[in-house]
Amino acid sequence: MSTTLALDAPLSLAQRYHRANLRRAAVLLLLGAALGLSLLWDIATGPSGLPLQDIVQGLLAPDSLEVADRVILFDVRLPYTCMALVVGAALGLAGAQMQTVLNNPLASPFTLGLAAAATLGAAMAIVFVPALPWLPAELLIPACAFLAALLSTALILLLLRWHGGGSHSLVLFGIALMFALEALVSLMHFLADSNALEQIVFWSMGSLGRADWHNVLLVAVTLLLCFCLAMRRAWALTLLRSGEAQAESLGVDVARVRRACLVEVSLLTAVALCFVGTIGFVGLVGPHIARLLVGEQHRYFLPASTLCGALMLSLASIASKSLIPGLIVPIGIVTALVGVPAFMLLILGRRAAA
Amino acid sequence: MSLQITSLTVQRQRRRIVEDVSLAAPLAAGSLTALVGPNGAGKSTLIHALAGLLPSGGQLLLDGASLPALPLRQRSRQVALLPQSLPQSVGLSPYELLLGGLLANGVGRREAEARIDAVLRRLGLLDLAMQRLDTLSGGQRQMVALAQVLARQPRLLLLDEPTSALDLRWQLAVLGAVGEDVRQRGAIGVIALHDLNLALRACDRVLVLAGGRLQADGAPDAVLDAALLRRVYGIAARIEPCSQGRPQLIVDQLLPESHPEALPS
Repeated sequence: MSTTLALDAPLSLAQRYHRANLRRAAVLLLLGAALGLSLLWDIATGPSGLPLQDIVQGLLAPDSLEVADRVILFDVRLPYTCMALVVGAALGLAGAQMQTVLNNPLASPFTLGLAAAATLGAAMAIVFVPALPWLPAELLIPACAFLAALLSTALILLLLRWHGGGSHSLVLFGIALMFALEALVSLMHFLADSNALEQIVFWSMGSLGRADWHNVLLVAVTLLLCFCLAMRRAWALTLLRSGEAQAESLGVDVARVRRACLVEVSLLTAVALCFVGTIGFVGLVGPHIARLLVGEQHRYFLPASTLCGALMLSLASIASKSLIPGLIVPIGIVTALVGVPAFMLLILGRRAAA
Repeated sequence: MSLQITSLTVQRQRRRIVEDVSLAAPLAAGSLTALVGPNGAGKSTLIHALAGLLPSGGQLLLDGASLPALPLRQRSRQVALLPQSLPQSVGLSPYELLLGGLLANGVGRREAEARIDAVLRRLGLLDLAMQRLDTLSGGQRQMVALAQVLARQPRLLLLDEPTSALDLRWQLAVLGAVGEDVRQRGAIGVIALHDLNLALRACDRVLVLAGGRLQADGAPDAVLDAALLRRVYGIAARIEPCSQGRPQLIVDQLLPESHPEALPS
């Protein structure tokens, strides 16, 4: 009798909250599983027909593969797939934080002009800097893209410090800077010869084809570091959703959290962009999908957005290799083509739900 | 416990919104003070300055210690602000919003859970605890924000028009809950209000602000007289006892020829 009563007793609020968190953890696990499957599919997709069975066997026991297949798997397919994973995850994590600290659902890692700055840096490297024997173009272009992206963030932070103001001022500064940088990129197009112009255009389309293990490792280490920093701020970011004044009244140093987030997001995005070029929409749509799945408790929202970003770019990577047989479409084009309708569906779905 | 305000001045975008506000006597422990005045009088600005969210000149002493000089963390454990409303599109439940607020203020998990349970029960919000804030009405969100303030058990409660989105029943319930809380714990409550009848009914003291300056300060039924209401609000009105003997504001008419206190330039 007493057991029946205990089973029938309504759950306390703490127990209900615990259950809600278990559901969110289950969603994260499902996202992780979907990502695992997508990564396998991505590895198995490519012009040389390596069957999935061989790939799984090769991953478990590399020596079981022939040398040519091993090279394809470990030096071409895996870096490509892993780059999609870490760049997508980086953009998802960066987008989630940007939308929170700017209090703007349209914010993305590129809102403050980072992509335009990175493109300008790459374009300047292509047009102005001659090939140096000790610094090959494969390193020079990403280095300039990275530096330009960080410089644009430094400029935004300086403007913010000088002018003060909240998230609205920040977005306005970012948009103004983005237009200025895009004008400078156009100037680079104008000044470049046909060969350089082709390189700039291809760089700005976004491609995972420049991936190698060193690049992947660098992005992965940056991602891990930034993820840990973001998770340490998870409660502060959660409270920021209740409004700046309310968060500040709760003891959150809003200006400091915003500054720290911007620096971290810039670093993360600049490291990711400098190796792959501009890949849009992942950082915008990933957080929206995560928000629908787990809400905005940032201890779950940040990992979910990271996983959503990785999953989106992994699926885009598969699509980029499958759309036109024998040709890899630049992934930046695919994410925009798939991202725009996905974003529209999301907005329409929300309106229907409301 | 007491809150003393001396020569408080607050500027926003180079305009003085609150000017030289001084209280003859400090706000006392266990008291609820209404901050009233026409639109643009500087009520919200004063509340935000008391919360330390706006830089101010003059002195703000909580138990003799300067409030603006307190580090942010320490201040947030003593002073809680209830904003006019919570943002509409927030994918959080009231429970996690309250929990986050308490954890950020250094309250232990068990203690936080007990406090949340008690305050949601007291305000009749248990059924809403796990719903997303973006599915709640404006009034319900305002009640959640109030629950967050009460759960923190601050020494100074600052409420910026907490009843603006609530119906009559909930207006009385909120004022009742806040009054009971400050009296039971010996805290200080300051509440910006538009409804003078609520101030008359629930508050121990009223500060009348117009044009950024303090116009009157004292017991509500003593301060709110016909001359002050004419001067500050530009209305012909009087305070008379209702059938139950409580003072009640009766508005006769708007005075089109009157000139309420001008805003400072």
